[in-house]
Amino acid sequence: MPKSTKSGAAPAKAARAEATGSAKSARGPAQSGAAQSGAIQSGAIQSGAIQSGDGQSGSGQSGSGQSGSAQTTAGSSERSAVAVAERTRLAVRKTYKLYIGGKFPRSESGRTYLVDGDNAALASRKDARDAVVAARAAQPKWAGATAYNRGQVLYRIAEMIEARRAEFVALGVSAAEVDAAIDRWVWYAGWSDKIAQVAGGANPVAGPFFNISAPEPTGVVGVIAPQSLLGLVSVLAPAVVTGNAVVVVAANPQVAITLAEVLATSDVPGGVVNLLTGRAAEIAPWLASHADVNALDLTGVDDPQLATELERSAAGTLKRVLRPPAGGVDFTADPGLHPMTALLETKTVWHPKGF
Amino acid sequence: MFDYAPAPESRAIVDIAPAYGLFIDGAFAEGKGTFKTVNPATEEVLSEVALGGPEDVDRAVAAARRAFRDWSALPGSERAKYLFRIARIIQERSRELAVLESLDNGKPIKESRDVDLPLVAAHFFYYAGWADKLQYAGFGPDPRPLGVAGQVIPWNFPLLMLAWKIAPALATGNTVVLKPAETTPLSALFFADVCRQADLPPGVVNIVTGAGDTGRYLVEHPDVNKVAFTGSTEVGRQIARSVAGTGKKVTLELGGKAANIVFDDAPIDQAVEGIVNGIFFNQGHVCCAGSRLLVQESIAEELLASLKRRMATLRVGDPLDKNTDIGAINSAAQLARITELSEIGAGEGAERWSPPCELPDRGFWFAPTIFTGVTQAHRIAREEIFGPVLSVLTFRTPDEAVEKANNTPYGLSAGIWTEKGSRILAMADRLRAGVVWANTFNKFDPTSPFGGYKESGYGREGGRHGLEAYLA
Repeated sequence: MPKSTKSGAAPAKAARAEATGSAKSARGPAQSGAAQSGAIQSGAIQSGAIQSGDGQSGSGQSGSGQSGSAQTTAGSSERSAVAVAERTRLAVRKTYKLYIGGKFPRSESGRTYLVDGDNAALASRKDARDAVVAARAAQPKWAGATAYNRGQVLYRIAEMIEARRAEFVALGVSAAEVDAAIDRWVWYAGWSDKIAQVAGGANPVAGPFFNISAPEPTGVVGVIAPQSLLGLVSVLAPAVVTGNAVVVVAANPQVAITLAEVLATSDVPGGVVNLLTGRAAEIAPWLASHADVNALDLTGVDDPQLATELERSAAGTLKRVLRPPAGGVDFTADPGLHPMTALLETKTVWHPKGF
Repeated sequence: MFDYAPAPESRAIVDIAPAYGLFIDGAFAEGKGTFKTVNPATEEVLSEVALGGPEDVDRAVAAARRAFRDWSALPGSERAKYLFRIARIIQERSRELAVLESLDNGKPIKESRDVDLPLVAAHFFYYAGWADKLQYAGFGPDPRPLGVAGQVIPWNFPLLMLAWKIAPALATGNTVVLKPAETTPLSALFFADVCRQADLPPGVVNIVTGAGDTGRYLVEHPDVNKVAFTGSTEVGRQIARSVAGTGKKVTLELGGKAANIVFDDAPIDQAVEGIVNGIFFNQGHVCCAGSRLLVQESIAEELLASLKRRMATLRVGDPLDKNTDIGAINSAAQLARITELSEIGAGEGAERWSPPCELPDRGFWFAPTIFTGVTQAHRIAREEIFGPVLSVLTFRTPDEAVEKANNTPYGLSAGIWTEKGSRILAMADRLRAGVVWANTFNKFDPTSPFGGYKESGYGREGGRHGLEAYLA
């Protein structure tokens, strides 16, 4: 990591300022725009970010935490300048729309809902159905890509979050959670070309046959995602790494759509990940009963009654259902293989041996 | 064609009691009522069997719960030895059990003797060996049993399906309550005796006979931790609905409508044998039967002529005759369903053909049948018939074959016949099915995971994969 080398250099403050300056100009308007919109819309978030940033630089945390503290330093040193800029220039705000088929459409319903001062798109049944169509269209090619290729795409997602970490922090995600989310993408990236070896293999049948079992993606997965960035990444990554396409109902529009912007710039083919923002209780039943959805991940469903209704509805086409775990999930823990294997099918192929 | 002299297997080796109770907590007990089980080849009543009611299911689940504590605490190596014992006893009694299975089910003795029973014993041997090696199975360092497993099995392979359910459950430290199918309860009750011979602790295996309601009580019982079902997709749906929100772990092995795809370069004679085995094995009462033949257009005529010649040599009749290829249809109800769907097939415009064959006067019989000129919209191309009825469709390109093969809500199995290796592998990649047989069909092995995609259910039975369904 060149950044940490730089901040570790002797005249720390000067180096940091220089690094931040160059990074800032390289990042361009998107970066500063996001920081500003955070400042304008939510003073509380902004000051929260500064406080946690100070705490980090005080504890001398290393690694990815440093870019957070570097930004804080820059923030404090340039605060007066920003204040001047605020008076002279109106910030360009971001519109939070849906992410379907690689594009960012508004909800076809025309509805929005207010989330922390932003008008987020409120997805409808029709949006969910459009997203399933996009996912189904994209899935075979994504599953047919080499595992090596899928791994590289997932790694690219990690790179892109790393570059946009300030945006997530400005949205109130802690630096530590951004770190964990990045690391989770990297972890799953590595699984792309290993899971088949761990979950499949040759079977020593009692006869003259070649017999091999290999995992395959189940197809299109409907995901009701948890609120947090790490939760969202922890349900998204295991579904897509093996070649599934997903339709995600996300609870936190700003974070989810910022992640969608990451995905849109990470070589993830359009339609592999589709993100709907809105109310799970309204949209999820349409995914649960949709005949072209193969599996349903209910990890983010808090209401047990809703979870039961969705599971019951999913039985209509015998969807694979990942139930919400009793007592919640600790997303900081080792996820194990189950989030991946629950969305895989095992295919066993036989062929006779002989001359 | 040769004429074959009768070569009946003696039924003296099996002693069927006039009545059987439920096997609960190591002893036979009365149920809430009784029902008769008949030999489908003769309609002769074989025995009267107890009908399990809700209280009986309660007692069986309670017995399994009590037994769970000690059974799950037993070292894996000890559980293994019980399972090895069971496997050995099955081998020793295999002729008796094979004859019994043919009597109660109607399947040819050739199959119960050479396929079902060897696979039953092999399945117990295979999972016996896992019992003390679970920490190496890839499901975490400390895999735990779930508790009481409620298992409901079908009538097409009664004892084999029992083995697929009970062997992995016991190896992993669970206890079971199993409900055999209404029309084929006897081999499960004989298995209860095998458990007693093996000195298996009481309550570890409980057998509750009955009909659909008995199965429903069991699946919906609040003290059952795991549900395993093999049977129709419709019942599978009901089970998936009923367990929603309960946290019970579920595996479902349901229906199928497998495509058996024959390319123009396939060796015709071998392919014909594979087609016959695919659809007429076990009277077509096989969820993974190759019930849709997809044949490349350029060889369709030649292949069908050859297939018809071969079908004319199939011997239909007495299941206990060692030369019989096709036995009795399992029940009057199943015969009615096969008959109805076949009439619908003819009514929808497909061309029906059966070889001349004499069917016995008594019992339930259906001649091997093929339909040509079938389209994808025909009900006989979409619905599971579960009988000796083959629907023939044609294709021109591999893409079309894949498209047609996958055009079904099912996804249990598929067959590919071609001499070209790269084509086999490319086809296998694209077929949405849990088992793909290339240049073979209907092969089974305890080490080989079996189970479906899509509406053919979820979970796998057999192999290392089969352990997952019984571990937390």
